[in-house]
Amino acid sequence: MALLAPRGRARRPGEPHRLFWAALAAPGILWLAVLFIVPFYVILAIAGGYVNQIFGYPVAVYNPLHWSSANFTAAWHDMFGVGATVLPIAGRTLSYVAIASLISLVIAYPAAYFVARFAGRRKGLFLVLLIAPFWVSYMMRMLAWIGLLQTDGYVDKALTSVLGIQPINWLGGLSITVILGLVYGYIPYLILVLYAGLDRIDPALIEAGRDLGLGRIRTFVRVTLPLSRQPILTGMLITVLPMLGDYFTNQLLSGAAGTRMIGNVIDDQLNAPGQQGQGAVFSLLVLLVLVAPMIYYVVATNRTSRSAS
Amino acid sequence: MSATTTALQPSPTVTAEERTGFGRLVPRRNPWRHPWFLEGFTWLYLIWSLVPVGLAVLFSFNDGKSQSFWQGFSWRWYFGDKINSVWYNPDLHAAVIQTIRLSVYTTVICVPLGVAFALGINRWRSRTSATFNFLMILSFVIPELIFGVAMFFTFTALFGTIGLGTTAQTLALVTWNVSWPAIIVQARLVTIGRQYEEAAADLGATPWQITYRVMLPLLIPAIFASAVLVFSSVIDDFVLVDLLFSNSSNTPMTVYIYSQQHGGNGGPALNALGTIMLVMSFVVVIIGYLGYRWMTRGERGGGRREALTTITGM
Repeated sequence: MALLAPRGRARRPGEPHRLFWAALAAPGILWLAVLFIVPFYVILAIAGGYVNQIFGYPVAVYNPLHWSSANFTAAWHDMFGVGATVLPIAGRTLSYVAIASLISLVIAYPAAYFVARFAGRRKGLFLVLLIAPFWVSYMMRMLAWIGLLQTDGYVDKALTSVLGIQPINWLGGLSITVILGLVYGYIPYLILVLYAGLDRIDPALIEAGRDLGLGRIRTFVRVTLPLSRQPILTGMLITVLPMLGDYFTNQLLSGAAGTRMIGNVIDDQLNAPGQQGQGAVFSLLVLLVLVAPMIYYVVATNRTSRSAS
Repeated sequence: MSATTTALQPSPTVTAEERTGFGRLVPRRNPWRHPWFLEGFTWLYLIWSLVPVGLAVLFSFNDGKSQSFWQGFSWRWYFGDKINSVWYNPDLHAAVIQTIRLSVYTTVICVPLGVAFALGINRWRSRTSATFNFLMILSFVIPELIFGVAMFFTFTALFGTIGLGTTAQTLALVTWNVSWPAIIVQARLVTIGRQYEEAAADLGATPWQITYRVMLPLLIPAIFASAVLVFSSVIDDFVLVDLLFSNSSNTPMTVYIYSQQHGGNGGPALNALGTIMLVMSFVVVIIGYLGYRWMTRGERGGGRREALTTITGM
């Protein structure tokens, strides 16, 4: 008779066995606590700590009451002091990222729009081609452009033979090279987010707009564009956030001091004895600036996944 | 003045609007015509995104050092050259091994951890589970450099005994990638619904039996897809392994390419290394795609496109 126990709430899985599900989640929770939450406290402890004067390694101070402001003052001087270098670099980072993400959007949106709406029976083929760069390592894709942009590479060869201009030293520290490198590096992620969002738009809505007499362009502006606002925002975030922490694209494509970004500052300080504390402060600053957009992203994706289910 | 007078005069040509009185409702051109301009644009984008990589792969087989002058096909940079090829250069060799090692270690730890986490979080509804679910998604969007800095200080200051190296790299990569299985399995749990486990519970199954004999078999495709994603993301990962490597024995391929290439030309052996990386990723993805298709055969809503987007984590 035990098998025929009464149905209903008491039998619903998950409810009488909370402890079991909690135990199942426990290893992951513990892992995230120790290796995701604690590490950010370690950054704070390093930033609030001091530098060992003899060996130059940073000493973490875990008690907030004993935190010193030495690293913060040093970072402040880097930013606003006499001959400060970091503020112009921060400005450059913002302008590079803004330009690169706008170019990415202008390129990615039409392509994603075409594949989502008009590819028809060839959609699978287009999708494979759109996804392919996603599976090619970032380093390999940068290597490809380094090969093309060398002074005897195909880009200069083409420019010289078609336009008859002198070869340009693309890899010699040009901002445009770095910006296009960022576009090339991060656009696959944007295009996939845009495609997924545009593909989810009910074609009936667009057809309705057309049936009610709107032209192709006005249908786009008044129906498709408002419906794709969410994918545009999340797609931009998914490209902007890693771009802001990028320190390798400009190193590979230029290496010049004139194209340094905030990521280079942090990366260099991490490798320089005595400056690691400042690196911790700058990491915290970047994190502080990005907390709001990151939380927005998490909330927005949570909402769409809930409405999709 | 002259402008108003001309406007008032009847226009010599009769437009469609005047002829029918329907105004813009009457299309002048086929509104469903194929958007050739957009298609051309898309092809240009695809050429721009794929042809450079194709050329880089091609020149890894070049019998010479040039990246722009073809000197004939050879395996020189793979194993032909006794000094500089991937096979004979000990550093290049070690880089391939380190990448494979990290991918295997990370996948083996990360996938069970993420799957158990997803199942537990999804069924154990509480404030703690919601908080950690939020944190897990946050780990998905936080810039890798910032997380890498946190890991760097954790393994040099807090857990100084671990230090930098393979262990630190693996632990960091597991944390960074655990959101793949956690997110994909939770999405799959939503599509499966609760009817199977409720049926099992009604028939007297314990939670462990439900998990092991009902949920896990249903989740196999999602678990497999997330393993594929974790494995290939580790192959391509750069920032974490770059911040956490300590010497040439734990330098993976991406870091090796970067350290050789920036500030100079690393030569075609790097292209060969990149090509090996590319082939590894593609093999993993193709296995993933075919495996996913096979596991979800006969399912409603399954299909080529669905398999492709799941394997990509879309």
